[in-house]
Amino acid sequence: MMRTIRFIIRKEFQQLRRDRRLLPLILLSPVLQITLLGYAANMDVKDIPLAVCDQDKSVESRQLVSSFLQSGSYVAGANLPDARSAERGIEEGISSLALIIPPGYGRSLAGEKTAPLQLLADGSESQAAAIGLTYATLIVSRAQAARSAARLSGLDPGVLRRIRAVQVDPTVRVLYNPSLASRNFMVPGVLAMILMIITMVLTSQAIVKEKEVGTLEQLIVTPITPRQLIIGKLAPFVLISLVIITVVLVASLLLFGLAVRGSLLVLYALSLLFMLSTLGIGLFISTIARSQQQAMMIAMFFFMMPMIILSGFVFPIESMPPLIQAVTYIFPLRYYFVIIRGLFLKGVSLPELWRESAALAGIGLVVIAGSVLRFRKRLE
Amino acid sequence: MGSIFGLLGANGAGKSTTIRMLCGLLASSSGTAEVGGIDINRNPEAVKRSIGYMSQCFSLYDDLTVEENITFFGGVYGLSNHELAERKRETVRQAGLEGREKAVTRELSGGWKQRLALGCAMLHRPGIIFLDEPTGGTDPISRRLFWDIINELAEGGTTVLVTTHYLDEAEYCNELVLMHAGRIVAQGSPGKLKREVITGAVFEVDCADPVAAMEVLRGCPVVQETAIFATRLHVSLEREEEIGIALAALENAGLPVSSHARIVPSLEDVFIRLIDTQAESLG
Repeated sequence: MMRTIRFIIRKEFQQLRRDRRLLPLILLSPVLQITLLGYAANMDVKDIPLAVCDQDKSVESRQLVSSFLQSGSYVAGANLPDARSAERGIEEGISSLALIIPPGYGRSLAGEKTAPLQLLADGSESQAAAIGLTYATLIVSRAQAARSAARLSGLDPGVLRRIRAVQVDPTVRVLYNPSLASRNFMVPGVLAMILMIITMVLTSQAIVKEKEVGTLEQLIVTPITPRQLIIGKLAPFVLISLVIITVVLVASLLLFGLAVRGSLLVLYALSLLFMLSTLGIGLFISTIARSQQQAMMIAMFFFMMPMIILSGFVFPIESMPPLIQAVTYIFPLRYYFVIIRGLFLKGVSLPELWRESAALAGIGLVVIAGSVLRFRKRLE
Repeated sequence: MGSIFGLLGANGAGKSTTIRMLCGLLASSSGTAEVGGIDINRNPEAVKRSIGYMSQCFSLYDDLTVEENITFFGGVYGLSNHELAERKRETVRQAGLEGREKAVTRELSGGWKQRLALGCAMLHRPGIIFLDEPTGGTDPISRRLFWDIINELAEGGTTVLVTTHYLDEAEYCNELVLMHAGRIVAQGSPGKLKREVITGAVFEVDCADPVAAMEVLRGCPVVQETAIFATRLHVSLEREEEIGIALAALENAGLPVSSHARIVPSLEDVFIRLIDTQAESLG
């Protein structure tokens, strides 16, 4: 039993080694991906030119402007005389964010009335605009908080702390990724995607290739059992995936100084749990596809794309319609993202991840059991 | 034990299907069969251990070397390391691949690949080996070499079941089974088939226009069967003396015969006769 599996695994590696392009590709692509996404796909709010139209020209308005500039996210842009020119600036693409402080802002604040403020953002770059606006809102609320605190400084310190706690509004992301650097968010995500691709696509390809060439038929007339064949075909990709995780961890440490905060053991263990489903899907695809191209297309369009889009890597799940949100619960990638980001950025430990781990294990077992059954049936 | 069975038939006659069922690659929809005394439906795994199979298409790993292929298949058949080393040497020798053990299989020519595939299918020394059109697409010398190995195996006591299109190859078989449209049409040794199917005499007739001559002979009542072989005609008759009637018919039609001779019928004559009678009986 074990000896047969060893022979199959050895054969798989011999074939991989013979393919001079594939192996370097498998090992280099993760490094290339995290480098690209880490450096290029930058969604950080940094040095956004901020056009200012200060019609109030009070102490309070100047304070607000300087708190924007001090945040480091914005640099001083054009100084505009009126709201019309601010709008025009955005229309013509000169500025992407404009802050308009109407006359009477300072007075309203002093009178403890609602002080209207206007922020214009270029919505054609919706992501940049959204992030820019979030930031701006945060800055404004911080400035408010500081002002209220200053005003309340005469009060009892206990009361004061409570008020501050109410008014300062930090988000979870800011807590664990204080610089809000995209790459801290990207690197774990890329790792998840690469693992998915390797285990899903390469596995299905490796099996379909045997079908295509006719060697699968030859294997069926040997005493190899379906179980031995499945283990022998899947194990090499599990090993390769473990190597890839290591490569990504080392590369992200060397390139970005990004180290995993949580336990490495937990990271490897839960990654294996994740692979249960992706290997299962790979096996399943191999029972449907007749050619390697078909396997590739099925993997891409029916599994990888929906999973990437709907698992919170591209779009936040919270902002999807409720029905779609419900659908996302079947995607193992969704849970793995939470796990891997938690381990990378927050340094959470296993007990806090039990829910995701249980979901991964559950989905994984169902998928792999179903695929193995189908595969065996197909062989007979 | 040690005999060579040939399974003959046109494309689509059901040869490969039969072999694939016997090897456990296809489930049979009805009926039973035994391979080496083992019921294929009840115990397909035991069948697999006692047979070797070589399919129509080359089915070794062409990105592995000669040696790696042998090691892999030997390994999955459960050979010990000692047996493996010994069989490897033997297989390489038999396939004529000495000095090429490290060559990637893809780079070998067709004949070598087929001999290696046969060797790999024989690594566990099965009592029965199934060869599905093993010599398709190779040159006559490679076919000759391949059949030398088959004869060697049969002499060593292995039973060989081979499908083929080549009727000259069928002559090497001890026992032939002719299939047509999924049914067995005839079976027996090549000699027996020739005697039983072709009861009369077969003449080879050389004439300038064989196509026209065939038309004329079809209208001649004594002629059972005519077929063109290259530029000559094979004419089957009930009795030897009737050849005169046939020749006279050709003469009258203005198709002079330059020579004629009685011949031993070839398997091709048998084959064509059988398929024709089959077609007639089916209407």
